Amino acid sequence: MNCDDVVHELSNFLDGELEPSLTRELESHLKDCTDCKLVVDQTKKTIQVFCDCEPVELPGEVRARLHDALRRKFKEAAH
Amino acid sequence: MFSLRNHLSTPNPHRLASAVAREDEHLLVAAAKSGDVAAFEELVSRYERKIFRLTMNITRNREDAEDAMQDAFLKSYSHLKTFQGESRFYTWLVRIAANEALMRLRKRRPGQFSLDEPIEGDEDLMPRELQDWGPGPEQRFAQTEMREILSSVIDELEPDYRTVFVLRDIEELSTEETADAVGISVPAVKSRLLRARLKLRQKLDRYFHQGRTN
Repeated sequence: MNCDDVVHELSNFLDGELEPSLTRELESHLKDCTDCKLVVDQTKKTIQVFCDCEPVELPGEVRARLHDALRRKFKEAAH
Repeated sequence: MFSLRNHLSTPNPHRLASAVAREDEHLLVAAAKSGDVAAFEELVSRYERKIFRLTMNITRNREDAEDAMQDAFLKSYSHLKTFQGESRFYTWLVRIAANEALMRLRKRRPGQFSLDEPIEGDEDLMPRELQDWGPGPEQRFAQTEMREILSSVIDELEPDYRTVFVLRDIEELSTEETADAVGISVPAVKSRLLRARLKLRQKLDRYFHQGRTN
């Protein structure tokens, strides 16, 4: 497996969807290739920082509009 | 009628959201399906921030994001009886919200969002001039600053790539669920996801590489 193969299989590897023999080949390549190891680690980190970022509070007026609309919907449904 | 309170033990019955764990989502859904509007409002309160983040991430337009979020909750209420529980309620809600957001994105930016299959070529995807980020690069930034960085880099990503990344990596839909939500094939999702991840890595490199002075 060369560097291009690693990048093309990167998502499958990170998602655990790469078949075992190819996973072993890829991991073996990473032991000897600093650039590919950086790409794999940094891509993993990229996904992680987005996942770890908690959503901000909903602005008060947006929340109020949403819940007003819901209550109107509940009333409609009740009739 | 299904009674939610018979199934939940909470010290404060008026503040169910904080007391009910994620695994009790199905109890709230069952109660809501039986006509308990408080249970549905509880589901909304639990997920409104995440759904707004999703619609904002897809549309990148505040007005569209608000409308998409509101319509997603209203539609989910209208169609609640059709929800069979084959997936988590949240996953079902994400698909409805993604659809609402995509409709607005396509309307506002016709031609910028493509349903075309990706062209698989011998494209060179290998990043160049790689630099070390060091351990915990995100810890060099305050939470507010980090949010601004993530918002800025995702804003720069093309809508095709951004949508797939948001659904797969942030909302954790499966590849198949993402393909279904966006209306593209599984190989197209995989191709766009790989490119989205690589592009975001490259954009974050501006902020994360060691030696960068803040």
